[in-house]
Amino acid sequence: MEELSWGSILARMFLQLGPVWISLIVLFTLSLTYKRRLGLYGKLFDSTIGMIGFALVMFWVFVGVYGGPLDMLVTHDPLSQVSGMKNKPPGTPMRGVEEGEYAWFLLGGDNLARDVFSRLIKGAWVVVQIAPIATLFAFMVGITLGLPAGYYGGRLDTTLSFLANLILAFPVILLFYLLVTPEIVLTGIPNYMALFLFVFPLIFMCILLNSRYYTQPKVRTPLLIGVLGGLGWLYLSLVSTDGSVVATPTYAIPGLPPFLDLFDIDPGILVVFVSVVFVNSPTVFRIVRGLAMDIKTRDYVAAAQTRGEGPWYIMLWEILPNARGPLIVDFCLRIGYTTILLGTLGFFGLGLESESPDWGSTINAGRRLLALYPHAAIAPALALLTLVLGLNLLADGLREESLRD
Amino acid sequence: MGLFILRRLGVMILTALCLTFIVFWLTNLYPNLEKLAKTQGNFRMSDEAVASFLDKNGYLQPMPVKFGQWLGVLPGWEFEDPESGEISGRCFAAGTPEEERSTFCGVIQGDWGFSTVFKDDVGGIVATRLGLTGKLMFAVMLVMVPMALIIGVLAGMREGSVTDRSLSTFSIASTATPEYVSGVIFIAVFASSAFGLKWFKGSATSAMENATFENFTLPVVTIALYGMGYIARMTRASMTEVMTAQYIRTARLKGVKFSDIVLKHALRNALIAPFTVIMLQFPWLLNGVVIVETLFNYKGFGWLLVQAAGNNDIELLLAVSVVSVAVVLVTQLISDIGYVYLNPRIRIA
Repeated sequence: MEELSWGSILARMFLQLGPVWISLIVLFTLSLTYKRRLGLYGKLFDSTIGMIGFALVMFWVFVGVYGGPLDMLVTHDPLSQVSGMKNKPPGTPMRGVEEGEYAWFLLGGDNLARDVFSRLIKGAWVVVQIAPIATLFAFMVGITLGLPAGYYGGRLDTTLSFLANLILAFPVILLFYLLVTPEIVLTGIPNYMALFLFVFPLIFMCILLNSRYYTQPKVRTPLLIGVLGGLGWLYLSLVSTDGSVVATPTYAIPGLPPFLDLFDIDPGILVVFVSVVFVNSPTVFRIVRGLAMDIKTRDYVAAAQTRGEGPWYIMLWEILPNARGPLIVDFCLRIGYTTILLGTLGFFGLGLESESPDWGSTINAGRRLLALYPHAAIAPALALLTLVLGLNLLADGLREESLRD
Repeated sequence: MGLFILRRLGVMILTALCLTFIVFWLTNLYPNLEKLAKTQGNFRMSDEAVASFLDKNGYLQPMPVKFGQWLGVLPGWEFEDPESGEISGRCFAAGTPEEERSTFCGVIQGDWGFSTVFKDDVGGIVATRLGLTGKLMFAVMLVMVPMALIIGVLAGMREGSVTDRSLSTFSIASTATPEYVSGVIFIAVFASSAFGLKWFKGSATSAMENATFENFTLPVVTIALYGMGYIARMTRASMTEVMTAQYIRTARLKGVKFSDIVLKHALRNALIAPFTVIMLQFPWLLNGVVIVETLFNYKGFGWLLVQAAGNNDIELLLAVSVVSVAVVLVTQLISDIGYVYLNPRIRIA
């Protein structure tokens, strides 16, 4: 079998990604048809920049979802090493192909003779999985602390702002180097941080529902029990591993027993996740605080105060919905920033295992041979670039459309 | 104004103290100390050997005491070997006669400690590396700031024009390209044999002594590119705002040439906001510096940070974090003062 030309490599990649194209076409046809009924999301389809951004983002989301848990799209196992494929250029055929095996390494082999194309797709899943959830958690923390800081002001604001500035004054890389090491994992600090940071969504939901329905105890009590029960269970499963919340060589704090534990998180991933949330939340806090300070002077807030609404009702049901525009835009930008941070962690070989297919680690592994075999590092670099670019363009489109009315 | 600066300085010192204590605490956690002992001694040390090594070198004292010693407000530790009776201490080398031993040695006394990785005084190492990074940063600023301002002003001059659209897209693309992505692409395209364009060098090691166009361009452009987009977007935003102001309309109606309007009337007011942004970019640049220095093997401050953190070199790491935190806080202060100074409408009582 002969080596593929660049034209046929592209054509084969295009075919291999078939399900992604179909999903994108379906999504865009549906959205364009019903765009007038879809609110802000529909308005996005009025701006070309926003549409391009959305297409790029959804492309990687579909690649991640289909390639990760569903195991489609990939041509080879991302971890298996094939003899004779070390550092081979894109389009190299495999020797001794067996029945049912894909005959080429579409984007070549890396320095450990693994398929770059399959690793790229598996790496998309790592990002698609971690970045939005970590950003969401950072927003929960930032909103829950930023609203009261902006609304009440005074000493609470001073203290919280000082703490936020403290974290912001830390160079991100230094913080990562200090937090994301196997030694720190041993001390259990990431687990404590997880315990603290992951409780914020719980608090947020609790206050959100309670402030809305506390006048109707018949609705509120069952609702709160249901929501808090479900979220609490998720929270406990999230923080406990092997039946304990914090486990160090010297002591352990018991958590959820294993038979109730829904899922376990690898300590390496947990520490990455926690530090990304930790780094992002002070910025969100500052944005939310600024917005709250601005919006609390509006007339509708004064009206709600005159009506006798409680402070948390005003914060969560009057101020927050009116701050949604800038927050949604920042959410998109921040997912991009989180993706960059995840890549940075991988680039320095922190947190995730060295064989992990995420883009940062792959760039890190590929950069040593950059002068001779650039393909192994360029593929993930371009992937990361397009995803972050897509998110930024999407944010730009959303900003333009939300400013229009 | 004086009171404002004084208060800010107070908050700054408090912040710096808190942050160094956090670094101190994290680096002095037992697993980290164990790693340090094993890299200093050998990797097959028993737990007892580790403990005795740490005890002998004063690592097992309570955390606040050690922090006080590092700061120089508490007397340094002394350790008497129970077998040989030899006295070693933090502030003097073994075998120093008793009358020459100093008691306090910490940051306040100007003693930054001793690096366990480089076997040298921390102060000297940090100063040399900072000098090298200063050279890099200077070049970056020289490239980044004028480029960003020009792009921003050109884009913001006529809002919605083709120039605006294309330059804005370019700045979005540049903010979406982190240093490790653009650096990798630049090296692959301009320095590798794969594309055949061997215009520049993929390593900047030789630029430490002798920076030439060939070995210094790629690292400088890589850092400048990521920061440029953000400054350009801020400049564009402030330029578009100024261009809609009444006095610009008056000037246009008077028949002033468009180039004169931009250069003489709009530019001065449009550059206030970017000034703050440029100052606040410094901490971001620090991140870029660490990545680029690692990628291009330029042994400056960022490289030092990676070495210190990777080997848990406590005193070196503390000095590195003090410097970087100081950079962040001082630039924040300068940006606040500069903003007030440039914009007379804002006065802080």
